[in-house]
Amino acid sequence: MFEIIAGLLLIIGSLFILIATIGILRMPDIFLRMSATTKAATLGICVVLIGTAMFYQDFGILTRVVIIIMFLGLTAPVAAHMIGRAAYLEGLPLWHKTHIDEMKDEFPRKK
Amino acid sequence: MSFIYVAANISMVLLICSVVLVLIRLFRGPSIEDRIVALDVLSVIGIAIISVYSVLTQTPLLIDIGIMLAILSFIGTVALAYYLHKGLKKNV
Repeated sequence: MFEIIAGLLLIIGSLFILIATIGILRMPDIFLRMSATTKAATLGICVVLIGTAMFYQDFGILTRVVIIIMFLGLTAPVAAHMIGRAAYLEGLPLWHKTHIDEMKDEFPRKK
Repeated sequence: MSFIYVAANISMVLLICSVVLVLIRLFRGPSIEDRIVALDVLSVIGIAIISVYSVLTQTPLLIDIGIMLAILSFIGTVALAYYLHKGLKKNV
């Protein structure tokens, strides 16, 4: 019973990661690409790790999995924020359908 | 052949497909930030591949390598973004 749930969780998490990578390939500008990868890839890796912990049914493995999930959940927004700020200040082009640009008045972009 | 074996093989195939897609973006990416994002996602896929491989070979010790990979990828991404931002400020 636990093996079936673990296998299903592995497949579902891999599908989320695959969707994230299709997003990184198809999205039109870098900010949308980061929005696809940061959320979907983090969710996918969390589901895969929970499936692994459910396969082993061991307390040590569960502790390591919880550590990895907490670390990824804490650091993925920080890394995405730093890359996004650097990309914005460097003046990378926004998508032509982007309407709201709230940082436009505060930080001058390099042209 | 049990169900978990088949499921781990299927998810390994999906993860290798996503590695190929990320590598296309890594080689084609127009700016350096695209490449940093691709490297970040590549390390996340690496953690997933290590986890699935530990299920396939029934080696629980491989999960520790996932912790190391998560920490190293975060430090690498933040360092790259920091130095990019710093060089940018110097140029302006």
